[in-house]
Amino acid sequence: MAATEIQKEADQLVADFTPPKASRRGLRKLAEESPEHEVIPTEKMTPGRRIGRIAMYAGLIVFAIGLLTPFVWMVLSSFKSANEVFSVPVTWLPETWVWQNYIDIWTESNMLVWIRNTLFLAVVVTFLQVLTGSFAAYGFARMKFRGRDVLFLLYVGTIAVPWQSYMIPQFILLSNFKVSNTLWAIILLQAFGAFGVFLMKQFYETIPEELSEAARLDGLSEYAIWRKIMLPLSIPALASLTLLTFVNTWNDYLGPLIYLRNPDLWTIQLGLKSFVSNLFDTNYALLFAGLTISVIPIAIIFLLGQKYFVEGIATSGLKG
Amino acid sequence: MATITATEAGTAPPPVRRGRSKLRLRNTLIGWSFILPNFLGFGLLTLIPIIVLFYMSFTNWNVFGKADWVGFANFERLLGDGSFRISVLNTLYYSVLHIPLTIAVSLGLALLLNNKLRGVAFFRTAAFFPYITSIVAIAVVWNLLFSPEYGPINEFLRFIGIQNPPGWLTSPQWAMPAVVIVGTWRDMGYYMILFLAGLQTVPRELHEAARVDGAGVWQRFVNVTLPCLRPTMFFVTVMLTINSFKIFDLILVMTDGGPGQSTLVLSQFIYRKGFEESQFGYASAAAVALFFMCIIVTILQFLWNKKRSN
Repeated sequence: MAATEIQKEADQLVADFTPPKASRRGLRKLAEESPEHEVIPTEKMTPGRRIGRIAMYAGLIVFAIGLLTPFVWMVLSSFKSANEVFSVPVTWLPETWVWQNYIDIWTESNMLVWIRNTLFLAVVVTFLQVLTGSFAAYGFARMKFRGRDVLFLLYVGTIAVPWQSYMIPQFILLSNFKVSNTLWAIILLQAFGAFGVFLMKQFYETIPEELSEAARLDGLSEYAIWRKIMLPLSIPALASLTLLTFVNTWNDYLGPLIYLRNPDLWTIQLGLKSFVSNLFDTNYALLFAGLTISVIPIAIIFLLGQKYFVEGIATSGLKG
Repeated sequence: MATITATEAGTAPPPVRRGRSKLRLRNTLIGWSFILPNFLGFGLLTLIPIIVLFYMSFTNWNVFGKADWVGFANFERLLGDGSFRISVLNTLYYSVLHIPLTIAVSLGLALLLNNKLRGVAFFRTAAFFPYITSIVAIAVVWNLLFSPEYGPINEFLRFIGIQNPPGWLTSPQWAMPAVVIVGTWRDMGYYMILFLAGLQTVPRELHEAARVDGAGVWQRFVNVTLPCLRPTMFFVTVMLTINSFKIFDLILVMTDGGPGQSTLVLSQFIYRKGFEESQFGYASAAAVALFFMCIIVTILQFLWNKKRSN
């Protein structure tokens, strides 16, 4: 009796904590094309409609400027000379294009070490998160067993608990395990998040139960069903999870700030931040080159997998 | 479930029942085995620290790991701590600015990009890019954009005739609004995607019917779109509130709480007391405050949502 009530409550909570589901097709459309509204030929437009459309394009232009200016500024400044970044009046295009910034940044900073550390972390964390997340999600989505709903309630409940509130006991715990100031701290910190579990569970629940039922009758074990049926079917969700986790780990600043004291372990975010604060006369042009380099991998990943980013966010809605 | 087993036990021989409970045990074991790898990490690094947090807040835990029970002393000290009060007020100030602004901008964007316009597909994805750009890059770039003398923002403001543009991050009054602007700029694409997904659930027929009835654009927005978006709006508000209460990295990199204490927020207070001053017990008490702020507001929003949907 109590168990069913808990389950109901848990289901309700999950339903409330997830954005309302648009159809998968709808979401895909959302990522790929413009909505299928009827196109009204311009000559048939009433003046009111035409003004409306002009206003919309004006809005779009304002939005585009606001959205892109910081990025354009960053890239253009990375080609300036050190003094030109602070020139008055503000100049947008570099007077002479200083390509040298992109060579000097490698010799004047530990960029290579930072990138190596970050890449290592991002790959390991992503691998573990996808593996344990999808594995646990199968248990939550497809298995019925004692304690499942209470357990899931615990997972859901932590959405409302910010990491900042328990970072201190976590730090003390990991320090006692002697993993603080090693890359393992960040791996442990990031790899077992509830996010992957939610995202994969959401997706698994859209896969028809009959499929696993049939496989069960064929004598496949639950583990085999997960590996041979669920995993191949959930490739889009796995892609979303992979990309979101990778980007998240690449960009993480607070975790490394607290745990990685040794400069040889620094990630790219820590490294670039230290570049700002350590040198009083920071060469900002050089710094911008470093920032641009740090953003490029994310931009490439994003351009290749934008569909999965959008779908991942729209179906699970949870991140960070 | 129990009744079925009982009737079956009456007609069928006992082994069936035993087989059943065996199956159940087997299922439980398999179920747990699926969850265990993730749960080990989750329990160790999330659940246990949350429990330990409450214990720590009642101790004077310090850098040597020495901890004596001090009762409510930490909490009493918090009440008299001016920095703590400022950090809570600043967190609320950030939230009060950030939440409505982000909802307005991201909903506006979603409505705009839900139209068939040229370039819409590009903007839908581009709007999301700030959200996945690293906080360090965002902070450094915006810090320069906001620079009072060298920054393009103030140059633009002077250009359109504002003689005394704000000092932004150098001014106690304007530092927080500047951080809010950057926070909104970063988050708008994320919430826009949620709103866009919500807009796909609004039935077109409803809009058509309202149009036939002579409802204008604004009336249709208020009477058709908004009610249909209510579940999305609820979700967005809950997430935005939690994310605003815990705001930290943006402030840490952009202003480090300054100038003075004008952008000192609760998370940063916890960080300073804990990691910079090694007063782990005292910092934990502040963390408990953050914990309850988030939990209580979330529960209130849930109750409010339940009441309205009934």
